[in-house]
Amino acid sequence: MAISNSLIQENLLEKFGENVSNFQDTYEMLSFESSKEINLKVLQFLYEEDSLGFRFLTDLTAVHYPNQIGRELAVVYHLHNLVENIRLRFKVFTSINEPNVFTASKLFESANWMERETYDFFGVNFVGHPNLIRVLNVDEMDYFPLRKEYPLEDQTRIDKDDEMFGRG
Amino acid sequence: MRPVRFNINAKVASTKDAIGQAPPGFEGEGFFTTKMSEVVGLARKNSLWPLPFATSCCGIEFMATMASHYDLSRFGAERVGFSPRQCDLLMVMGTISKKMGPVLRQVYLQMAEPRWVMAVGACASSGGIFDTYSVLQGIDQVIPVDVYVPGCPPRPEAIIDGFMRIQDLVGEESIRRRNGDQYKALLNSYGIE
Repeated sequence: MAISNSLIQENLLEKFGENVSNFQDTYEMLSFESSKEINLKVLQFLYEEDSLGFRFLTDLTAVHYPNQIGRELAVVYHLHNLVENIRLRFKVFTSINEPNVFTASKLFESANWMERETYDFFGVNFVGHPNLIRVLNVDEMDYFPLRKEYPLEDQTRIDKDDEMFGRG
Repeated sequence: MRPVRFNINAKVASTKDAIGQAPPGFEGEGFFTTKMSEVVGLARKNSLWPLPFATSCCGIEFMATMASHYDLSRFGAERVGFSPRQCDLLMVMGTISKKMGPVLRQVYLQMAEPRWVMAVGACASSGGIFDTYSVLQGIDQVIPVDVYVPGCPPRPEAIIDGFMRIQDLVGEESIRRRNGDQYKALLNSYGIE
């Protein structure tokens, strides 16, 4: 039985009602969001429901939206139904002051390192993660480099003249 | 059609070019005397053992440099070692991230004296285009460097030129340099010993 984006949307609305919203169909890929408290319930529903079967976590990352006060950080899950070859994008938003999101590492083993990476670069605190430490950057790093409040360039460098890089 | 001609101003081959200039000294029938450091320098510079530390595209250029066309072995560097304990010349080729920094430093510390370091390419010399939070802005932040080779990546000729400059340094170095106060001060400025 082929499943369509509208069928997935109906199933989700039937189960979670008001708690899932902002359904979008971008380039035939469904994307939606939920409140961060029920992220595991949504992921588990997508995983276990026979008519959905999203059992592969393709990617897990975050996006920083500095202008959305109170919901600055979006945690994005890319899920894949390998049987039907259908993908979807699921987002939860959280405040940057309390970036606590429940870990998906109990549901997907692959979420372990991807959540470490997301913590490393965006500082999302995955509650219940077994080993939430930096994975790519140096351990001594004391900030989260992909948050937009930090400049991209290395700030420890003193011999690069701004004039020569067109920002004088 | 214009004929293709090579070596229009052909240089007459001489053994002096092949083995280099003999060091200054006294010569007589059946003997030759010179300074110890000159002889040691001559021996060292023509038998360098490079340790390639290749992390990106400059390493590919180095592979071409080692291969038959450019042939670094002509300079006595036939034997590329992959143990730092055996090698004289650390050739750092490629982007060194901050996380790789301590590893590179450890490799340098494992090399025995006398040791030389060559930074090949823009990334190893200055961070190159990667002016970013994760990349070391030049390996001279963690270890002392003898020769910098510019280029992104440098052509094999440039790497060979850098290697010949290393040879010049090695040949002219006093055998007492590594015990001197200036050298110790240099290492201390990197927090070594």
